[in-house]
Amino acid sequence: MSTREKRAPKRIEVQFRTIVSPHQLNSRWGRRIYWTVLIAVVTGSTLVFVFPLYWMITGAMKTGEEIAQMPPTLFPAHPTFDAFIEAWDLFDIGVLLKNTAFYALGAWVFSMGVDVAAAYALSKLRPMFGNVVLGAMLATLMIPPMVVIIPLYVTIVDLHLLNNAWGLWFPAAANGFNIFLLKRFFDSIPRELVEAAQIDGAGPLRVLWSVILPISRPILGVVSIFTIVTAFKDFLLPLLVMTDSENMTVSVGLSQTAGAVSQNQIMGGLVISSIPMIIVFFIFQRHIMAGLTAGSIKG
Amino acid sequence: MRVLRRNLTAYGFLCAALACFAVFAWYPMIREFVLSFQKTTLVNPPSWVGLDNFLTVVQNPAFGKAWLNTVEFTALALLCGYAVPFVMALVLNELRHARAYLRFVVYLPVMLPPIVAVLLFRWFFDPGPGLFNQLLDFFHLPALAWLDSSSTALISLVIVATWMNMGSATLIYLAALQNIPSELYEAAELDGAGIFKRIRHVTIPQTRLILLLMLMLQVVATMQVFIEPYMLTGGGPEDATMTVAFQMYQFAFTLQDYGAGGALGMMLMIVLLAFAAVQLRLTREDKA
Repeated sequence: MSTREKRAPKRIEVQFRTIVSPHQLNSRWGRRIYWTVLIAVVTGSTLVFVFPLYWMITGAMKTGEEIAQMPPTLFPAHPTFDAFIEAWDLFDIGVLLKNTAFYALGAWVFSMGVDVAAAYALSKLRPMFGNVVLGAMLATLMIPPMVVIIPLYVTIVDLHLLNNAWGLWFPAAANGFNIFLLKRFFDSIPRELVEAAQIDGAGPLRVLWSVILPISRPILGVVSIFTIVTAFKDFLLPLLVMTDSENMTVSVGLSQTAGAVSQNQIMGGLVISSIPMIIVFFIFQRHIMAGLTAGSIKG
Repeated sequence: MRVLRRNLTAYGFLCAALACFAVFAWYPMIREFVLSFQKTTLVNPPSWVGLDNFLTVVQNPAFGKAWLNTVEFTALALLCGYAVPFVMALVLNELRHARAYLRFVVYLPVMLPPIVAVLLFRWFFDPGPGLFNQLLDFFHLPALAWLDSSSTALISLVIVATWMNMGSATLIYLAALQNIPSELYEAAELDGAGIFKRIRHVTIPQTRLILLLMLMLQVVATMQVFIEPYMLTGGGPEDATMTVAFQMYQFAFTLQDYGAGGALGMMLMIVLLAFAAVQLRLTREDKA
């Protein structure tokens, strides 16, 4: 009787074994500790990672007086969207977002073209000194970007690329990590497939387009998203290169105007400029998380 | 003839990438070296000045402080940004519910543009109506000056940096933990190892390579911290948050002294490369 009562709580399903064994987990104390920890972690993470965003959004919906009020209100007393509209005008967010989208998409198209071609040549055409070239490209990963930002800037100035989108697109294409990921994937494509296409009379470009690229869709997805997200998040290089206010990116534009507007307007601007990345995250969550581990685990 | 043709096609495919790397990746490395021995104003042609730039950098009153701060910042960030995600990943890996939600939530800040996180936290750090002091007040704890005091400014920057970056490290560890074969835990359990012994003798050795790799990435990333001091403190108060990367920016883009900036960049590069070399060695020995 009593054993049946104790068995009543739902068993915690274990599909894969980890540090704590299924037996321990489903013991009386194991179950109690498990549920306590679960609740603590879920509330803790929500407070730490989601609550700041809630505060940002509600902050933008408060009036100028309410946002400065002490102690603060948990909900806006009279929710208003005025701050969003004001922020849109004050920061000129429409222009900023348009610029950022233009730089990000351009960086994507250009660096995909350049890096895919290079990785294909290094993986399947295997030219003389190919390994030297690959080594030199991967060596750039050892040098942190911040360290060479000054000479990079001086070079961009010398080439008269200030306030020119190419000043962002060229450096974006010189990405050793993209080449590494793409080449490693191309290497795993069997030679026979390429040879079969060659016997059918396909030239190198045709092989790339009709054989390699269709198979490589997963890695192309990962590299694409990372290129776009990186371009969207980048701060220092756009800050230096895009100096005219009509050319600025969202991040730079926000940083330059934030000192001159009120707190609820800043929050409105932050909310608006976060939305594109949050949408990307909702749609491509799986790709993003797969890409995160693609390079690091086996690399 | 065929070999020549194959090479020509291959280099045809490679030439765009070669040009991009040559001008925007390889040349800047050489240029940094040249810059550090020249006086560059971008108006007049550069002239050679020997070690003058290095002297300017070393004689700057904040030079020592900047390196000390960078080391302190890195140490603090390691404590938070390295240990916290690993513990978080360990716990997440044990949980059987809400896994997708937790992974999503942890990674959410990583997706935000850094400027959003930084401006949001600037408001939280506000000594008056800012969220943090209001929370302290709610629990009847004394208020802190956060960014305005030289004793708390650096740790405030670490908090922002950790909040916005820890998601990626957590998910990378989580993936590494899921690759550990469950037989190892079963065997350890049969041998009578408790939970902490299992972590010490199974989990950590199994994830050792990724732990070492992340250590290196973390240190290199923190050494380059820029947007936090740039937006939040401007290096102050009393140089308390002056980091090497930020000082480099100031030399080049506030004082227009590209030579001094380049010289400091060279120093930072040498330190980071030395660190990477040591790290690589450790990892190699590990494999052997």
